Amino acid sequence: MPEIRVTPLGAGQDVGRSCILVSIAGKNVMLDCGMHMGFSDDRRFPDFSYITRSGRLTDFLDCVIISHFHLDHCGALPYFSEMVGYDGPIYMTQPTQAICPILLEDYRKIAVDKKGEANFFTSQMIKDCMKKVVAVHLHQTVQVDDELEIKAYYAGHVLGAAMFQIKVGSESVVYTVSGNLGHRKGCLVEEREEAPPHHHILCQGDYNMTPDRHLGAAWIDKCRPSLLITESTYATTIRDSKRCRERDFLKKVHETVERGGKVLIPVFALGRAQELCILLETFWERMDLKAPIYFSTGLTEKANHYYKLFIPWTNQKIRKTFVQRNMFEFKHIKAFDRAFADSPGPMVVFATPGMLHAGQSLQIFRKWAGNEKNMVIMPGYCVQGTVGHKILSGQRKLEMEGRQVVSPHLSLPALWIPLGWVEALGTTTCADGPHTAMLQLEVKMQVEYMSFSAHADAKGIMQLVGQAEPENVLLVHGEAKKMEFLKQKIEQEFRVNCYMPANGETVTLPTSPSIPVGISLGLLKREMAQGLLPDAKKPRLLHGTLIMKDSNFRLVSSEQALKELGLAEHQLRFTCRVHLHDTRKEQEMAMRVYNHLKSVLKDHCVQHLPDGSVTVESILVQAAAHSEDPGTKVLLVSWTYQDEELGSYLTSLLKKGLPQAS
Amino acid sequence: MAAHLKKRVYEEFTKVVQQQEEVATKKLRMTKPSKSAALHIDLCKATSPADALQYLLQFARKPVEAESVEGVVRILLEHYYKENDPSVRLKIASLLGLLSKTAGFSPDCIMDDAINILQNEKSHQVLAQLLDTLLAIGTKLPENQAIQMRLVDVACKHLTDTSHGVRNKCLQLLGNLGSLEKNVTKDAEGLAVRDVQKIIGDYFNDQDPRVRTAAIKAMLQLHERGLKLHQTIYNQACKLLSDDYEQVRSAAVQLIWVVSQLYPESIVPIPSSNEEIRLVDDAFGKICHMVSDGSWMVRVQAAKLLGSMEQVSSHFLEQTLDKKLMSDLRRKRTAHERAKELYSSGEFSSGRKWGDDAPKEEIDTGAVNLIESGACGAFVHGLEDEMYEVRIAAVEALCMLAQSSPSFAEKCLDFLVDMFNDEIEEVRLQSIHTMRKISNNITLREDQLDTVLAVLEDSSRDIREALHELLCCTNVSTKEGIHLALVELLKNLTKYPTDRDSIWKCLKFLGSRHPTLVLPLVPELLSTHPFFDTAEPDMDDPAYIAVLVLIFNAAKTCPTMPALFSDHTFRHYAYLRDSLSHLVPALRLPGRKLVSSGLSPNITPHEDPSHQFLQQSLERVYSLQHLDPQGTQELLEFTIRDLQRLGELQSELAGVADFSATYLRCQLLLIKIMEETYKMEFMYSGVENKSVVDPLFGMCEKFLQEVDFFQRCFIADLPHLQDSFVDRLLDLMPRLMTSKPAEVVKILQAMLRQSTFLHLPLPEQIHKASATIIEPAGESDNPLRFTSGLVVALDVDATLEHVQDPQNTVKVQVLYPDGQAQMIHPKPADFRNPGPGRHRLITQVFLSHTAWTEPCQVEVRLLLAYNSSSRIPKSPWIEGGEMSPQVETGIEGTIPFSKSVKVYIMPKPARR
Repeated sequence: MPEIRVTPLGAGQDVGRSCILVSIAGKNVMLDCGMHMGFSDDRRFPDFSYITRSGRLTDFLDCVIISHFHLDHCGALPYFSEMVGYDGPIYMTQPTQAICPILLEDYRKIAVDKKGEANFFTSQMIKDCMKKVVAVHLHQTVQVDDELEIKAYYAGHVLGAAMFQIKVGSESVVYTVSGNLGHRKGCLVEEREEAPPHHHILCQGDYNMTPDRHLGAAWIDKCRPSLLITESTYATTIRDSKRCRERDFLKKVHETVERGGKVLIPVFALGRAQELCILLETFWERMDLKAPIYFSTGLTEKANHYYKLFIPWTNQKIRKTFVQRNMFEFKHIKAFDRAFADSPGPMVVFATPGMLHAGQSLQIFRKWAGNEKNMVIMPGYCVQGTVGHKILSGQRKLEMEGRQVVSPHLSLPALWIPLGWVEALGTTTCADGPHTAMLQLEVKMQVEYMSFSAHADAKGIMQLVGQAEPENVLLVHGEAKKMEFLKQKIEQEFRVNCYMPANGETVTLPTSPSIPVGISLGLLKREMAQGLLPDAKKPRLLHGTLIMKDSNFRLVSSEQALKELGLAEHQLRFTCRVHLHDTRKEQEMAMRVYNHLKSVLKDHCVQHLPDGSVTVESILVQAAAHSEDPGTKVLLVSWTYQDEELGSYLTSLLKKGLPQAS
Repeated sequence: MAAHLKKRVYEEFTKVVQQQEEVATKKLRMTKPSKSAALHIDLCKATSPADALQYLLQFARKPVEAESVEGVVRILLEHYYKENDPSVRLKIASLLGLLSKTAGFSPDCIMDDAINILQNEKSHQVLAQLLDTLLAIGTKLPENQAIQMRLVDVACKHLTDTSHGVRNKCLQLLGNLGSLEKNVTKDAEGLAVRDVQKIIGDYFNDQDPRVRTAAIKAMLQLHERGLKLHQTIYNQACKLLSDDYEQVRSAAVQLIWVVSQLYPESIVPIPSSNEEIRLVDDAFGKICHMVSDGSWMVRVQAAKLLGSMEQVSSHFLEQTLDKKLMSDLRRKRTAHERAKELYSSGEFSSGRKWGDDAPKEEIDTGAVNLIESGACGAFVHGLEDEMYEVRIAAVEALCMLAQSSPSFAEKCLDFLVDMFNDEIEEVRLQSIHTMRKISNNITLREDQLDTVLAVLEDSSRDIREALHELLCCTNVSTKEGIHLALVELLKNLTKYPTDRDSIWKCLKFLGSRHPTLVLPLVPELLSTHPFFDTAEPDMDDPAYIAVLVLIFNAAKTCPTMPALFSDHTFRHYAYLRDSLSHLVPALRLPGRKLVSSGLSPNITPHEDPSHQFLQQSLERVYSLQHLDPQGTQELLEFTIRDLQRLGELQSELAGVADFSATYLRCQLLLIKIMEETYKMEFMYSGVENKSVVDPLFGMCEKFLQEVDFFQRCFIADLPHLQDSFVDRLLDLMPRLMTSKPAEVVKILQAMLRQSTFLHLPLPEQIHKASATIIEPAGESDNPLRFTSGLVVALDVDATLEHVQDPQNTVKVQVLYPDGQAQMIHPKPADFRNPGPGRHRLITQVFLSHTAWTEPCQVEVRLLLAYNSSSRIPKSPWIEGGEMSPQVETGIEGTIPFSKSVKVYIMPKPARR
């Protein structure tokens, strides 16, 4: 019995450490290989021993697919391929391939150099790992081996995010990682039976259904997969229109700049940062504003470079206008220098990290906080204990240690905190670090909160499920409680099965194997020609012979089958006697039968032969007198096996008797 | 006698013309046999199918005359029967279709042949082409019922074909020719009438998506031809909405829309419940659902159609703007709702606190419907769509629906305001226009106004002007709103000084719409002080003028306002009333003489004194009995002067006044001509009789011809010219014909003197075409430098008023100092239409010249091109035969209709 088995090693009823194993028709695929940012021990990576128990990774896995460059989807990759040991192919889109190593290197630096962790992957390992990567294009069907094929769909979310369709022979799954389907993020595995029966799984990482200023919306065709694996971060949320948020944001920035204030926007280096840059850049252009906008150097600069190159992955506006001007070649946004923070006059600065817990953004904040003309805009959620969180909750006097305020697990640049997690993280408490050399800082600047996030909301997820029409849905990358709600909704509205396995739990989906059968054109045409008007609603009966040879199925006409197999044709005839009480002569009787059949079987050719018998197509009806009882006539009905249907109908008809002659 | 002779000659001349025409027709006849014969020879010569194809292609390039079509068709058919190659047969079939479309050829004669060859054809492609040919024939003969029935029959027969192309064509044929009425006319009784709708409907389920699309299109075609579609189609079409193929879904959306317009009030059941709703509501819900379809083409289609579904219930309509927000399963209010609440609670700011968007009450999980089958949030999605085409369509639809429903207009306001910040300018512009169109139904809240006004800083001129236009007809609710608008407009003025006129105009309407709101602002705006005299502001400051325009227009309907003015304000009023009369209305000022009494709005235009004045002065002129030189001339001159001044003062009468003045000027010229001719005749001695009389003969002759011609051409219009010069002239024609030139002159002179003015009835609405060049302003002292021989682009920006068809008539002229003139035809895309009767020309003019030693000015002006023949109906005399050569080519020319602007340029010699 063919089946699809799905086991989440991470992201099962959880957010972060996305890693899902899919077995489909004997092929094993791993979807994403992420880290968990909530842990710094072994739990931060998925438990690969689940696989290695049965041997080497390379032997077990046919391929690994990475949906996008967020570290919760690719953070464990070097560990997995170089330290645990995997030599098979790793598939990802080009933007992911370009940006992923930068993030991995940054992650490594912080883990090793700053926190001094031992037994972590090295720079060389990252390089070696990237050598195993195979890039895929959007909508390109990649043959991993003879049977396994994958295809990427646009997902929005971040640059280069993709959903993947996995097909093995006849079965398929779709997986979506983070995508821009409106505001949807999710994983979607699907399997499906198609005309040439194929199971495929559609796998969705995070995705976004509403387009934004630099990315389009996720899109998938009606591929009807057997299973759809989808993210469910915002399973219980329906978002407001993005336009209000944008307008508010711009208005605030504009007002502050107009009255000569400085605006600080703490951001994570990738993703939303570019979104906000584009937003401000176009606004500056439109309104013809002169105040300078700065962007902190380093990672962001590098990333912007790649954004410039991957224009096909952006939205309609950028794609259409890049010939005149590449939108990522900012005219008004320049690189930031430490010295600029003290220069007079209005300015806007994007600085990392996004929660004001360390680094450049905090330094600038301390410089500017005293002036009520200035403003800080927090574009995302802030974890408890950070300066960002404090000022957002209305604290106006901050105690700061001499150098930095850091809470232990927040020392990572927050860029790999995908914004979607933010809600999940809300419950995590983190103890404030030990404070030394307290310093009182009075915050006079205005503090604003603005939420921008690129995950699909509940409506978006439903929209995508509707577009793909899967047979089964599997939810990952979300909280159990929220998934429960979405699961119920999906089952109710689409009438498909929905699963939400926990980490390590295996879901087995039985699939009815569909067997392709070839049919000879001659036979098909012959059958078509016999039929009346084509009618999609009624099934049609087709006569033929099924030949099974070398796991190959063919439907051919019986003559051809006989010829091929070298057999002689035997005819099978059924005969049946029908006794009718009638005193008239045989000829007269035959005549009556003829008239009766002619009136009933209008579609068929009914003939009265000179020898007194009646034929209906190839069925012969003869009337004879009963040898014993002259008052009874015997009707002999004879038909071949092929005409069984008509023959038995005719017999039953005749058994009912002839109508009384008027 | 001489005249008689001349007449002869004239007759003979006309004969010659006719003969020439005969020759021409003969020529045609000679070509006819050669054409088909040549084709025949060519096709016989062809050795291979490729050759034959080439000949056919060559043949298809040349047109065929109606008379020779039949011959050609015969030859083509003959070859068709012989031809084995399907591609050649295909070409022949397509040629047959083309030929049967020839005007003046009746294709019924080839129909039998076409149907005949159709029956024997094996190739699917050729079959499809032949059906196409039949379609061409059928559409050419719409009256012939029998033929149509036959063709429909043929189509039905081939519907079972295995090729989608053939089925497509069959459906197309059915859609175009299927009989509309059930009752058969007698001549077609032989053929059974088929229920075309049912047949086409069966193909909604065809296995090929192209055929399904064709079936829906055929159905739509039937509808367009006036057949009432059955309501049963609705359910079938609804099923097609979930088709896998976008073109099918797109067509299905259209079909649903059509049915919903046909049976809006029918009741349909809601599946899985016992409830029933109106069909139009159901269809609306379904189309709304398609706004979130996977294919953007379908989304555009759906969004567009939503706009025209006006019968939909308001309940459903309002749902389209409602996307039930929730966060973590708790109900959340939209930013719009929060803004409204904040506004009504008196606090004017939002988003200050983190968490003010925190979700409120819990939601019952069972009640949440994530994919609403209904209209929920359709426009919210449409306006946020990835493709701007969809967004524009959604904005348009919103506009149409809002125009028909005031309550909906109120609700969609927030969304439209949000669209003002779209990333694509076209969308922004469209939403501003939309807002203007529905502005009668709405009043802007202060926070909305704030957002609207923020767009005033946009660097695109189109956007700003559209916004000014919008503000002209916006209702503002508070005095703060007015103040805010004024402040923002003044900011706009300092940032973009070129917007001056547009801003003034905007303030004019803003003032006149909200007199009571402006009243409390007056002291602050004029910065008057109860005790102290303040400094007199600078009269030439555009910002000050802007404020005054606002106040004066408000004062028009608010008699208490002038009491607040200080002395210099009154002086400024007098000045502005004179210099900017189109912006400053006449005011009833205390203790001052009334400038004009056209104050009360109750006075109808005919009682309006200025209008009366116009009438009176015209009547005075018309009462003149004779074209007596002295007094008349003076009177005319004065009247012209009066009228011109009136036109300047009263913008609404400008058209009429200018028009009348121009007409009077023509009359004046006529009088002057007569006067001058008398001078010529009597003042100079030594003029030999011969030199005057000889040309006179010719002229007389010509004049008579012209009169004769005129009479024939305008025979229908003659009654309008009763009692005029023309009328009398025609009366006298017999006499003139026989008279000598001298007598003719005498009669004419007497008549001219006796004739009165033609009383020109003034139409209600006369508008004068005018143009103003905004850019270049012509004030720059810095010459535009460029290398001689190369070009420099000059941006030209102008507004055009009351120009019909500006794309074809408006030209730009550049005059160089050396007298060289260059005419530029702007591209049609350079014209925009910001409002009724107004156009905007934004184009680039390329200048080039040889090197100059000094910078010098070139003149740029706009011209209105005209073509006299386009105004006069052509048919009467073209059919009449004799064309007089001077009428044949209409008089073409141009009229300058804008002030010219001088641009300083300097072509430098090229450096070696």
